[in-house]
Amino acid sequence: MSAAPGPVVEFAQVFKIYGAGDTEVRALDGVDMRIDAGEFVAIMGSSGSGKSTAMNIIGCLDAPTRGEYRFRGVDVGALDQDQRALLRRHYVGFVFQGYNLLARTTALENVELPLVYRRVPTRERHEQAMAALVAVGLADRAGHTPAELSGGQQQRVAIARALVSSPSLLLADEPTGNLDSARKHEIVELLVRLNRQLGITIAMVTHEPDMGQYVSRVVMFKDGRIVDQGLPADVSFAGPISNRPLSQRGGA
Amino acid sequence: MIHLTLVMALRQIRRNTLRSFLTMLGIVIGVGAVIALVTIGEGATAKVTADIGKLGDNLLIVQPGGFRRSSGFQSANAFTKEDVDAIRRDVPGAEKTAPTAGKQALAVWGNRNWRTSVTGTTAEYLEIRTYTVAEGRTFTEAESSAGQPVCVLGATVRKELFGSDRALGESIRVDKLSCEVIGVLTAKGQSGMGQDQDDVVLVPLRAAQRRLAGNNDVSGIYVTVASGRSTTRVKTQIEELLRERRNIAAGAEDDFNVRDMAEIAQTVSSATGALTALLGAIAAVSLLVGGIGIMNIMLVNVTERTREIGIRLAIGAMAREVLLQFLVEAVVLSTIGGVIGIGAGLLGSWAATRALNVPFVVVPNILVVAFVFSAVIGVLFGYLPARKAARLNPIEALRHE
Repeated sequence: MSAAPGPVVEFAQVFKIYGAGDTEVRALDGVDMRIDAGEFVAIMGSSGSGKSTAMNIIGCLDAPTRGEYRFRGVDVGALDQDQRALLRRHYVGFVFQGYNLLARTTALENVELPLVYRRVPTRERHEQAMAALVAVGLADRAGHTPAELSGGQQQRVAIARALVSSPSLLLADEPTGNLDSARKHEIVELLVRLNRQLGITIAMVTHEPDMGQYVSRVVMFKDGRIVDQGLPADVSFAGPISNRPLSQRGGA
Repeated sequence: MIHLTLVMALRQIRRNTLRSFLTMLGIVIGVGAVIALVTIGEGATAKVTADIGKLGDNLLIVQPGGFRRSSGFQSANAFTKEDVDAIRRDVPGAEKTAPTAGKQALAVWGNRNWRTSVTGTTAEYLEIRTYTVAEGRTFTEAESSAGQPVCVLGATVRKELFGSDRALGESIRVDKLSCEVIGVLTAKGQSGMGQDQDDVVLVPLRAAQRRLAGNNDVSGIYVTVASGRSTTRVKTQIEELLRERRNIAAGAEDDFNVRDMAEIAQTVSSATGALTALLGAIAAVSLLVGGIGIMNIMLVNVTERTREIGIRLAIGAMAREVLLQFLVEAVVLSTIGGVIGIGAGLLGSWAATRALNVPFVVVPNILVVAFVFSAVIGVLFGYLPARKAARLNPIEALRHE
């Protein structure tokens, strides 16, 4: 199923339920979703809408309580922790809101980290990591530690780390959340470029409507369900998402 | 992978140099103490053995009382002057023979006194024990046999009683015996077993028997074996002679014992062995404490680096790889501590052996044991924190502030 184009991510009636009985919380409440190879999808919604839970499951960090999640055709629910770790190692790249680079470790070494776990020999590791840094425009900062880089630069190092292993899916969790608006656009434009030029499939979780303008498709979450999806132009970003009158219930 | 893990561990340790050092300190002290004590102990044993060797490997000491491995010494009749004469006469290999009879007594001169060990013996005893006379002379044959009230003082006794005053010709009192000081011995210093060999007063055997002990007992016989004669053979001859003289039935156990210096050296080394066991116990405790220190810091480390662990897990590290990483870190910490401890221990013991004037003897085995042990400590006490790290949930770890 790895042949492109094809579904990288397939959700079939996925539930993620925490607690039981009265305290039961449905973080995902029967989600059907599909992300095809080459897509750049924005997963949007207010906090508590289930988008982070969806993201954790998509990234194979978590498994659904019920329903089926297929990543590259593999039923992730049937895998144990180590097998999921191997899936992440070989096919998923992560970009986080807080950059999550290793402190006091150079940019190059940070980018090399996924390759270390892939047992890539030292020289190739250097070369590939350097190439990734070039791709994000930070070749001249390879020897700098995160403390010596600006927020935007740190996030670009994180992106280089995510794409260094040529993942089937790059997952970006609020990648622009900590940046000023000029840097926000820079980062998303970088992601768009990676998507267009390298054909990397990207799923980006964000709650910022203007970030949604860059992507090929928006998936809107609310209360654990997908309430809307389509081209950015067709999905309403007007006003705070929590004010949309689709549901008055609280919940997760 | 393992060498990368090692590199990562070393880097992590270097990042927090002070903390890492303090963490290791327990191991450093534990290992250092063991190495130092064992090395010093070994040096002391070597010195004792050498001192005993100096006494002569041809020396036999005959004492009353049988020696049983199980019950130790049993009391028995002392020897007599006739036993000594018999050895002299009938054992051809016995070169010099000296009887001894002694007790602890208070030596008094003027208003000074000093508790010391008084030994009644003959002039031959000085030769056997390699004492030399610094001032005056030793007993004559006539003084010995008549039990004249004369005495020869060890250097310590001379100093304590007379200070800078002249001792020769003075009369001192030892218990009920008043005697004239006819000689002072050259200082010999401590014996290998820690006794002051100069804290002695030597008097003629007869004088000691009559005036101090009040009997005719000889409590010990020193015999040197003539060169070219077998020590073992002379020992057997003395044993046979004494069995006959003491009417011991065939098959019955000896009620006396003849010991050569090799045996005494063995006794000393077995005492050292007991000491080593004790040191081992102390070392085990200090290493335990050191290990707990490492566990403590590794637990703090895991908590502090929760986010890093989250990143690694998200990127695709398997639980066992995270476990290995933290375990390797603990082991590297503890083995570096072990190596520093070995160095410090050797350095310390080198200085101590210099100060104590004993040889510096490095025991290679203990170095290897200390190294391996410190690594084992790292594994044992690093496992729990490493497991804690490996069991973290990546999602929660990433959210950790």
